[in-house]
Amino acid sequence: MEIHRFEKLWLVAAFVLIAAFIATIVYGSLVAGVSMVSDDGGTVDPDDITASENFREPGVYQAGDGEYDVYVEARQFAFVPGTNSPIRVPANTEVTFYITSSDVTHGFDLVGTNVNTMVIPGQVAQLTVEFDETGTHHIVCHEYCGAAHHDMEGTVEVVAQENFDTEEVTEA
Amino acid sequence: MTFIDKYPNEAKLVRWHFGVGFIALAIGGLFGLVQALYRTGFFRSALPINATDYYTVLTGHGVLLALVFTTFLICGFFVWAVTRSLGRPLAHQRVAWVGFLSMLVGTVLATLTILNGFAPALPFESADVLYTFYAPLKGHPAFYVGAALLIVGSWVVGAEYFLTYREWRADNPGERIPLQTFMVLATFIMWYLSTLGVAVEVLVFLVPWSLGWISQVDPLLTRTLFWYFGHPVVYFWLLPAYVAWYTILPKLAGGRLLSDPLARVVFVLFVLLSTPVGFHHQYLDPGIADGFKFIAMTNTMMLLLPSFLTAFTVVASLEHGARQRGGGGYFGWLRALPWGEPAFSAMALAGLVFAAGGFSGMINAGMNINYLIHNTLWVPGHFHLTVGTAFGLTMMGVSYWLVPQITGKRLQHKTIAAIQPYIWFVGMTLMSNAMHRGGLAGLPRRTAEPLFRGEGAAPFDPVFGTIAEMQLQIAVGGTLLFVSLALFLVVMAGTWLTQSGVARLSVNGAIPAPLSGPEDSPRILDNLKVWTAIAVLLVVIAYGLPLWSMIADGVLLPGSGPFPV
Repeated sequence: MEIHRFEKLWLVAAFVLIAAFIATIVYGSLVAGVSMVSDDGGTVDPDDITASENFREPGVYQAGDGEYDVYVEARQFAFVPGTNSPIRVPANTEVTFYITSSDVTHGFDLVGTNVNTMVIPGQVAQLTVEFDETGTHHIVCHEYCGAAHHDMEGTVEVVAQENFDTEEVTEA
Repeated sequence: MTFIDKYPNEAKLVRWHFGVGFIALAIGGLFGLVQALYRTGFFRSALPINATDYYTVLTGHGVLLALVFTTFLICGFFVWAVTRSLGRPLAHQRVAWVGFLSMLVGTVLATLTILNGFAPALPFESADVLYTFYAPLKGHPAFYVGAALLIVGSWVVGAEYFLTYREWRADNPGERIPLQTFMVLATFIMWYLSTLGVAVEVLVFLVPWSLGWISQVDPLLTRTLFWYFGHPVVYFWLLPAYVAWYTILPKLAGGRLLSDPLARVVFVLFVLLSTPVGFHHQYLDPGIADGFKFIAMTNTMMLLLPSFLTAFTVVASLEHGARQRGGGGYFGWLRALPWGEPAFSAMALAGLVFAAGGFSGMINAGMNINYLIHNTLWVPGHFHLTVGTAFGLTMMGVSYWLVPQITGKRLQHKTIAAIQPYIWFVGMTLMSNAMHRGGLAGLPRRTAEPLFRGEGAAPFDPVFGTIAEMQLQIAVGGTLLFVSLALFLVVMAGTWLTQSGVARLSVNGAIPAPLSGPEDSPRILDNLKVWTAIAVLLVVIAYGLPLWSMIADGVLLPGSGPFPV
C-alpha cells in the first residue's frame, strides 16, 4: 500500500498535534493542579441526603485553619444555601464544596470560573477552590431540571477574611 | 441507467426513509427558529409559547433533528450505498421494511408524547425530558418505548445490509468488499456496539421504571449508559457524511477519490475508537474516578487522527478534480470547482464548517479546559457545526444529487437550490460563533431565560463583543438557517411532486474508481471480525471497571424514584 510523501508528513504532524493536546492536559493536571471532579465525594441516599456520613446539613462549616466546607443541596428550583441566602465564604482560604441533589439532576456553575460540576442524585460532587478576590459570583443551574429550570440560580459572596463573621459558620 | 430504473424497490425504500426524514426536518427546524427567537428575546411576546413550553420545543428540536432526521436519512442513504456498490438488489426487502416501520411507529409515538407538552389535556402526559432524557426526570412511557422502537428499527434495517453483503460474498469469494459497502458495514458495527448502552438504559431501566414496575433507578448508571451511546452516535452521524465526502464529492468535483485503502483505515479507526470515549461527556460528573476520564480523553484525542486523514484525502481529491477541470496554481484551482452546483457546494461548505467544529470539539475534549465550557452555550455552538452542518448540510447536498435518482424526476428550482447552501453557511457562521463566545462568557445552554436578574452579581462577561450583539447574531443566524431549510424543502417538494419522464435526468449516478484502489492494501483491513473483536476489547477496558463500580453497590442504588415533568 503506497502512502504519498505529503500524506506521511501530514500524518506525523497530526500525531504531534494530538500528543501536544494530551500534554497540555497532563500539564494542567500535574503542574497547574486542576483536578477533576471524581468519586471522592462518595454516595448518599437521594431521599435522605444527610443519613450517611458523606453529607451534612446544608451550610458553611469551618474545617480547619483557613479551610471551609460548604454543603449545598440542589433541588427543584433552588440551591440551599445559595438561592434564598447567599453562600458567604472568606477569600484566600481553601473552600471545599460538597453538592448533591435531593430530586433530579442539576448543575452548579459559578459563571466565568472553573467552579462547575454536575449535581447527580445519589452522588456527592466535591470541588476544592480558592477565591483570590472578593466579590459576588452568580450560580446557575446549567442542567435542565424541570419546568422552572431557568429560575434556579443563586449567589456566592466572597468576602475579605477580616469581614468574615465566624458566627455565620454552622457549628460542627 | 438511473438507480430507480435498475432497483425500483430499493429506490422506493430510500424515498420513504428520506420522506419521513424531511418531515422531521421541517418540524424540528421550525422549533429551532422558535427557540432561537425566544431565547434571545426577539419577538418573544409574539411567539405562542411560554418559558415552560420552551422545553417542549427544545425536546422536539433535539429528538426530531438529532435522532429522527439523522437516523432516517442515514438508513435510507445506506440502502442506496449498499445496493449501488454491490450492484445487486437487497437480499430480503421485507426485513428492511420491518425495520423502517418500527422506526416510523417509534417516531410517531415519541413525537406525540413530546407535542403533548403543548396540551397537557391530551392522553399522554408530557415528555419534556430533552433528547438526553436523564433520569430521574420522567417522561411518559410511550416516549421511551418510541425511542426504543426507533433504535431497534435501525438495527433491523442494518441487518439488511449485512444479509445482502453475505449473499454478495457467497457469489464473490475472495474479492475486496466494495468501498461504500465497507463503509456502511463499519458504521453499523460501531452502531450495534454503541446503541447497546442506550438499549439497556431504556429497556432494562427506564421503561419498567416509567411504568412503575421498578420503583427506582440509579441516575449515574443510566446517565453513563446514555453517554456510552451518546458520543458514538455523533460518529453515526458523521460517518455517512464521510461516505459522501469520500465517494460522491470527488466525483462532483470532476475527479475521483485519491486513496481507497486510507479511506478503509479511517473507518477502521472509527470502529475501534468511537465507543470507549463516552466519559468525555461526563468529565464533570461526580461518582466516576478521574483515571477513567483520562482514558476517555486520550481515546478522544486519538480520534482526531482519522478526521485529519480525511481532511487530507478529501481536499487532495478535490484538488485533483479541480485540476482535471483545468484549474491551476497553489490555490487558484479552488476557483475551478463547481461552486454553482448545490450538491457540490453543500458538501464542500459542510466539510469546511466541520473543520471549525473539529477544533471547538478539541476544547470540549480537553479534560480540564472543559470546566470553563461544560453545559454552556459553547456546546450547542459546537454541535450545530458538526451534526447541524457537517451532517445536515451534507445530507442536503446528497439529496440534491440522489433524490432525482430515486424518484426519476429532474431537480426543480435550481436557482433556489444553488443559493440555499450559502444561506445555511452564513446563518451557521453567525449563530455558531456567537454561541461559542456566549459559552465562554458563561451563558448556560438549555435554558429559556439565560440572563441573571439578581442584584449585584457579576454579569456575564464576554471575552470580546457584547451579550446583546451575540443575541442578535444568534437570532439573525437562526432565522437564516430556517429560511435556508425551508428553501431546501421547497426544492425537494417541487422535485418530488413534478411529473416524471418529462425531461431527461441531468444527473449521472456513476462513481469513478479511486486513483489508488484496494488491490495493494493489506487484506486484514477487510476483516471486520478482527476489528469488531478489538473494538469490544477496548470498550471492556474503558467501561468494565467504572460500570462495575456503579453496580457493585446495587444495580438500582443509589436510587431515585420518578419525577414527572
